[in-house]
Amino acid sequence: MSRKAGRLKARFEELAAEGRAGLVTFVTAGDPNRQISSDILAGLPDAGADIVELGMPFTDPMADGPAIQASSLRALKAGQDMIATLDMVRAFRETDDDTPIVLMGYFNPIYIYGVEKFTEDAANAGVDGLIIVDVPPEEDGELRIPANNEGIDFVRLTTPTSDEERLPALMGGASGFIYYVSIAGITGTKSAATSSVADSVSRIKKFSDLPVAVGFGIKTPEQAAEVARVADAAVVGSAIVQVIADNAENIGESKSSPDLLNSVLSFVSELARGVRTARS
Amino acid sequence: MTARSDEKPNSFKTLPDAEGHFGIYGGRYVAETLMPLILSVEQAYQEAQADPSFQEELDRYLKHYVGRPSPLYCATRLSDHFGGAKIYFKRDELNHTGAHKINNTMGQILLARRMGKERIIAETGAGQHGVATATVCALFGMQCVVYMGETDIARQAPNVFRMKLLGAEVVPVTSGSATLKDAMNEALRDWVTNVEDTYYIIGTVAGPHPYPAMVRNFQKVIGEEVREQMMEAEGRLPDTLVACIGGGSNAIGLFYDFLDEEDVNIYAVEAAGKGIETGEHAASLSAGGPGVLHGNRTYLLQDEDGQITEAHSISAGLDYPGIGPEHSWLHDAGRVNYVPVTDDEALDAFQLCTRLEGIIPALEPSHALAHVAKIAPSLPNDHLLVMNMCGRGDKDVFAVAEALGVSL
Repeated sequence: MSRKAGRLKARFEELAAEGRAGLVTFVTAGDPNRQISSDILAGLPDAGADIVELGMPFTDPMADGPAIQASSLRALKAGQDMIATLDMVRAFRETDDDTPIVLMGYFNPIYIYGVEKFTEDAANAGVDGLIIVDVPPEEDGELRIPANNEGIDFVRLTTPTSDEERLPALMGGASGFIYYVSIAGITGTKSAATSSVADSVSRIKKFSDLPVAVGFGIKTPEQAAEVARVADAAVVGSAIVQVIADNAENIGESKSSPDLLNSVLSFVSELARGVRTARS
Repeated sequence: MTARSDEKPNSFKTLPDAEGHFGIYGGRYVAETLMPLILSVEQAYQEAQADPSFQEELDRYLKHYVGRPSPLYCATRLSDHFGGAKIYFKRDELNHTGAHKINNTMGQILLARRMGKERIIAETGAGQHGVATATVCALFGMQCVVYMGETDIARQAPNVFRMKLLGAEVVPVTSGSATLKDAMNEALRDWVTNVEDTYYIIGTVAGPHPYPAMVRNFQKVIGEEVREQMMEAEGRLPDTLVACIGGGSNAIGLFYDFLDEEDVNIYAVEAAGKGIETGEHAASLSAGGPGVLHGNRTYLLQDEDGQITEAHSISAGLDYPGIGPEHSWLHDAGRVNYVPVTDDEALDAFQLCTRLEGIIPALEPSHALAHVAKIAPSLPNDHLLVMNMCGRGDKDVFAVAEALGVSL
């Protein structure tokens, strides 16, 4: 049992006390295979990830760009499934009881696993939050409420298309943090201008006291630093996943790949340096 | 999950509810970026429905451009051949562009114009919806981008060329199985990226609310005409309706007006590909289970981990691992009988119809005809059966030649 209430809240409080933004890193569970993916996951906190976002692979990731689509397919091809993803979280919790883990993905694998069973198993494994891309507030009661009942935060997404009329509806029922999708588009493509991100974050904060993490299109330590100046956290996904892709050829079923691990964690360290020095 | 209610509803025509649900099916499972847009499509559609001039304009184009009403034709040679039911074809393959698809694209493009959108996107499998979309875009001078799986592009070359002639950009989709579901993923990715100026014309009764209801409403003219035409021809309603089903737009189009007529038997024919037992099929209702994909909850082909599995059918238009949510509801409610037909059975029906009636059917309605072949012989001669001939087969002659081992 790795239940522990409020890892996300505690982490954002620590970050606020340190006067800096956090780095949220995304990788897909089981990419390029389960063993190497577990090694990456275990190494992320020391490399500077403040919060870990772990993708639940899905065959049809309709909101994702080519990099994360490919990572999903690599993971599935290597045999990843929901049971394995929750096992990875459980194993991570044996050595790290503080770094929040947020599962990100699409609803169908959860629906088929069984919503009640999923939220219970995820809470027991040590999951702290959920970001489910294709479940907007209009449909999220059947997942958000069971998740909250198990102590799991339900992270709501806001986008450039969320106007002031819609924002209050998005904030009601949100917990953990608000995820601001900084561009209208799919993951890993274009990047937003910093000034528009700053405006959007302050607009969101008019409606919510929750921390605001900003993602989509952040590819470099410099871009991460720019976002870190105006938001509570910067989320990097596709760029990290691309480093895995660049090193994943000929991996096959190898149990370890020091080169791949080193490349990924070095890149995360650079991102972390960008985020940590942004406001100094 | 698939609770089959023993209680019959008073009407099968009251759904979806205000949130777009047909029982547990339907809904709006889309990325938040799209939600405001989905809501504005819904609002614009409601306003259009309340505006008589919208329907008048649509009717005018349907009559003078599409060629409605399509005939209801008594297929006497086939009826005699089977020796049972009196078989009628609803000739929607005679519509401009050769399929029922244009009933819907005409309605949606008028809506897109009302909304002030300038760019149209669409997904297509067999290419019929892509052609119907490219056609109305040419008619109204709008930019058109059609997403089509690479596999489908290879087997539907004539339709790809038609779309290009019509001025559309055809974007090959290589992700996943490179068929209709992947084309729909790419269209959604385009839409989420171009929310300001783009309208997505979905080709079937699937996707997020309001599409399943809206597309149904644009297609239900098929059944409404059948009612009138059959009263004129026979002085009574048909006894049996048969239509093929991929996403299910031609089927619901034929069925909808008759859902509350208790004495009308209704069959929807799913593509069983190489056979349900082989796993290579597209029969979501016969062999799938409820899940969430492409904006709605509905029956899907999927594995025990909730991953979507690849559909197979000789007919590109039926090659989709899901089905419209209203069909999932009608299935659970027991109102419509969903039955499978294999590639081989459809090929036999294709050839039979061509030789006996001089009508080359598309491979999609060939599935419907293969089921007619199974049930018609044992029905009495005064049994009125209507099959929706929802598309013509010109586009399929190459695929059929290949399946029959003929090189052209």
